[in-house]
Amino acid sequence: MNAPTTLPGKFGAYGGQFVPEVLMPALGELEHAFISNTNDHDFQNELQQLLATYVGRPTPLSFAGRLTEHCNGAKIYLKREDLAHSGAHKINNALGQALLARRMGKERIVAETGAGQHGVATATACALLGMQCVVYMGTVDISRQAPNVARMKLLGAEVKAVDNGSKTLKDAINEAIRDWVTNVEDTHYLLGSALGPHPYPTMVRDFQAIIGRETREQIIEAENSVPDTIIACVGGGSNAIGMFHEFIADEEVELIGVEAAGTGIISGKHAARFADKKIGRPGVLHGCYTFVLQDTDGQIALTHSVSAGLDYAAVGPEHTHLRDLKRATYTHATDHEALDAFQLLCEMEGIIPALESAHAVAEAIKRAPEMNNESIIIVNLSGRGDKDLDTVLNSMEIPS
Amino acid sequence: MNNPVDLVSNAFTGKHPAFMPYFTLGYPDYERSLQILEACAAAGSDMMELGMPFSDPLADGPTIQHSSQIALQNGMNVARCLEAIAELRTRGVTIPLLLMGYYNPILAYGETRFAREAVDAGANGFIIPDLPPEEASTLETECQQHGLALTYLLAPTSTEARIKLVAKKASGFVYLVSLTGVTGERIQLPKTLSEFVKRVRHHIHHPLAVGFGISTPVQAQQVGEIADGVIVGSKLITLAREADNPAEACGTFVHNMITALHSNEKA
Repeated sequence: MNAPTTLPGKFGAYGGQFVPEVLMPALGELEHAFISNTNDHDFQNELQQLLATYVGRPTPLSFAGRLTEHCNGAKIYLKREDLAHSGAHKINNALGQALLARRMGKERIVAETGAGQHGVATATACALLGMQCVVYMGTVDISRQAPNVARMKLLGAEVKAVDNGSKTLKDAINEAIRDWVTNVEDTHYLLGSALGPHPYPTMVRDFQAIIGRETREQIIEAENSVPDTIIACVGGGSNAIGMFHEFIADEEVELIGVEAAGTGIISGKHAARFADKKIGRPGVLHGCYTFVLQDTDGQIALTHSVSAGLDYAAVGPEHTHLRDLKRATYTHATDHEALDAFQLLCEMEGIIPALESAHAVAEAIKRAPEMNNESIIIVNLSGRGDKDLDTVLNSMEIPS
Repeated sequence: MNNPVDLVSNAFTGKHPAFMPYFTLGYPDYERSLQILEACAAAGSDMMELGMPFSDPLADGPTIQHSSQIALQNGMNVARCLEAIAELRTRGVTIPLLLMGYYNPILAYGETRFAREAVDAGANGFIIPDLPPEEASTLETECQQHGLALTYLLAPTSTEARIKLVAKKASGFVYLVSLTGVTGERIQLPKTLSEFVKRVRHHIHHPLAVGFGISTPVQAQQVGEIADGVIVGSKLITLAREADNPAEACGTFVHNMITALHSNEKA
């Protein structure tokens, strides 16, 4: 068998490996391990077995009947990643990488987390496989995602608070990389989104691509057709790319990524890399060349979103490439629109979505009424919202 | 006339291992950072690294992170860093000066413009810790055109293949990161350092300078026994933060380090 020894390191002009020399050999080793295990039946069997019997895959594709009726347009389906064990799509990648790390002989895992979903997924995978787990998290995120901090600790992870810079996801990634640089011999960096240096964007996408594969089977079963439109929220972009990947070749399927518009693009307090021409342009952050929010001097801009998981200055490089190709479209939803969508989904469907996923729901609510009732929208409901209850209750008037 | 890059190589031809301080431009403020660098030059440094601050310096420990943050608050950017080089030249600093900084601000400034203006200002080259040779082709071309050094780094984890890659591309000198980790003072030198230097020297004939984790005269002397140059950064930042007269404190420290290095026979 002639498996390739390397993978393409770029998506068009984007991606690459902009990291300190210390890490270059580790990235090469990781790429090699990823390729050889992708082609290894034992590895694939072990992963598939865990995804089925532990994560609970396939996750359902639910028809959102009342929401569809409310919007009076396209049929809205929800891919229920919120029902995956540990509450979000993050577990797909965390388990894949943790198994890979074990095969590479690395028993210590470091990870970053924003909303805490990736941290919880990593802590879960490490508990399952008996590995040591350290999660870096910004202090702003620790205070707004307290339930996930508690969950990580219960699962045996050490949560290290990061009090630098914006004290959110970007700074957690800085510290995780610094830890990895220091402990690279025995440590694997379990990066949670489709960003960072090659091979992470490719590897994370491939571990998440199961979302799109299942969705295709399920929608064909339900509607005997591929959907017209697929909508997913985009922070780094792992749930979106995991859903999009399967459908990229189906040119009739419209792919829409939703960034966090915070308090509005004009306010400057957002995380919409593609929407703000003043500060969003190609640059290098955390090892890859992609769209980055930055000032005119190339210093990374501070971001804002009500949703910690979307509150990040760069977007995964493959999304930038898909946008260049005009294969995917990127739009945005404000904090306010996401909170409204959150509430609507709770009341109409009995589903409490993550605030991240609520951004995608908000876009579906905007689009569905413009489409005919034969059209199909699928929203990737990437995670559940229990973690966000404090944030939501603080920003909404909930009748008591 | 010598190219700027040749002056970098020549800085290693003295009788003793070369000493290279690093200091963040704009820390604790613009003028004092220049005074500190002038004092380091006057104390006998062979070459200096001038840090261009970045918001997310992921190869740096807390000390240089802090100095970078203060420098940014003081309004430092690439243009001001280039001005600082020109100003040091005006004030009579003649030793080679290398700009050290992360890639994104350079990319934002424009690589072509950056290289051209750097050579005009009097810089001799660049050290960019997040730009491995694989990603450096544009800047490498610019540097060759202007006779600037583009210094690559090697680390204890570097494989033989990577050492050979840097051997092909090296200019000026090669920066050896002494340890797996970020910048900052350490109590001891890593035990594997001499084996690492030996492994690199087997393939690379350029001068080898060692940095990361070196802060005392004894450590400098130990490194000087095996390498061609010694780089010290975080310790100077700490001195500048704590001393009443930062320039004087840094000058005295550099003097002591050089005295220790001068007890070395050339490696």
